Amino acid sequence: MTVMQHVWIVLGVLFVLLNIGAGLIWVERRMLALWQDRLGPNRAGPLGILIVLADTLKLFFKEDWVPPFADKWVFIIAPAIVVASVLMSFVVIPFAPGIVVADLNVGLLFFLAMSSIGVYSIVLGGWASNNKYALLGALRGASQMIAYEVFMGLSLMGVVMMTGSFKLTDIVEAQRDMWFFIKQPIGLVIFFIAGIAETHRLPFDIPEAESELIAGYHAEYSGMKFGMFFIGEYLGITLISAMTATIFFGGWLGPEFLPGWVWFFTKTFAFILFFILLRASLPRPRYDQLMEYGWKILLPLVLANVMITGAVLLWLKG
Amino acid sequence: MQALTNRVKQVNRSPMNFWERLYLPAILKGMTITFSHIFKKKPTINYPEEKRPFSPVFRGLHVLNRDEEGRERCTACGLCAVACPAEAITMESAERKPGETDLYREEKYAARYEINMLRCIFCGLCEEACPKDAIYLSETFTPADFTRKKFIYSKEDLLIPNPLTEAEKLAEAKGETV
Repeated sequence: MTVMQHVWIVLGVLFVLLNIGAGLIWVERRMLALWQDRLGPNRAGPLGILIVLADTLKLFFKEDWVPPFADKWVFIIAPAIVVASVLMSFVVIPFAPGIVVADLNVGLLFFLAMSSIGVYSIVLGGWASNNKYALLGALRGASQMIAYEVFMGLSLMGVVMMTGSFKLTDIVEAQRDMWFFIKQPIGLVIFFIAGIAETHRLPFDIPEAESELIAGYHAEYSGMKFGMFFIGEYLGITLISAMTATIFFGGWLGPEFLPGWVWFFTKTFAFILFFILLRASLPRPRYDQLMEYGWKILLPLVLANVMITGAVLLWLKG
Repeated sequence: MQALTNRVKQVNRSPMNFWERLYLPAILKGMTITFSHIFKKKPTINYPEEKRPFSPVFRGLHVLNRDEEGRERCTACGLCAVACPAEAITMESAERKPGETDLYREEKYAARYEINMLRCIFCGLCEEACPKDAIYLSETFTPADFTRKKFIYSKEDLLIPNPLTEAEKLAEAKGETV
């Protein structure tokens, strides 16, 4: 591929992702409303789609305030980290055959590493705010991420063992005969649960927990700095949905009558809707319940999954 | 112990087993319930396009009535202003000139007639006090506005369209558009 082709792919991916991230404002509000017997925003533009524009402009025109008691530079950098780390994760995702920014041979590890870096934005943002609620949110966020990072990595190991590669294009190609969610149902469920915790979406939104911690780690943020956390969360949903589609549901693979990228985005969008449906249905667990669920239930399950997958693979090899 | 009513419900308090502690079956069940709500009828009324039907006795925005020949009925007697507990009504009277018999029904008419919609409590006492059937409370709201001055409604805002010259507008205001 020429240099220009690479540049076009990078720009195209960035354009599509940022638009999806912003468009999710509308999708989430409309879908949540429909599931709660309401209509949702339907005034601005056709079906209310221009709420995206209104919301973004509002964020731009709000006062961008840095509290005098905050640690100024850390406070400013923290929201950028979350967006940057999530966007970096998209580098390894194959959107269609040939359309991938960098097809690393350690793609899956790179994704896990980048999602761990995302924790820094929560911890640094909460700490630099110099506010007790923000700090509590940051602490919760850190311990939740550390716990669920473990299962996220381990849940993918079954797939890696079956493929024999960390490269995401290899993983997609290995699913030509059968998608991995049939062979790895436990891996799928645990990966998705860990993904919810990773993006700290409901029901695992205890770092922000409006009802207990005001807004948790971003309580002191306003204007576009808050907007960065906001867009980072939506990009995180897109990332986990795209990863689930790639690893367990065959990525761009699908019947021939539609091009690969259509299949990829259809699957991704289905998981995004699933995220929103989860938010509409579930209450937030208590902090200790979340930890107990992770360490006492998911950890034994995921270890058993890795062991059984390995044993079956060895047995098949003979 | 003897139960006082027959509404007692036995609760199973035995500790949850591993399958129940996974929560996944319960979560899936809950999610199907939430999902089914997408097909339910929404109770929302899209206000400016759709309007909630009001009862015939609803007391909304005032209208000043005309008679069948399109003449203003109000004779500026001031009974409505006296009856008004919120003191929202102001008027000035004038005498009908010889050439104005097709404009005003009585010999005296209201040259200026103002209702302050911010003061009005929509009690309908003006309607009851009026001896000439000139003021009625309609079934519409006072629309929102940005300044207080805009809420002082003058005679032009309150008068209904002339049934002879503006029959179409009158039908539209009554909601009888074809």
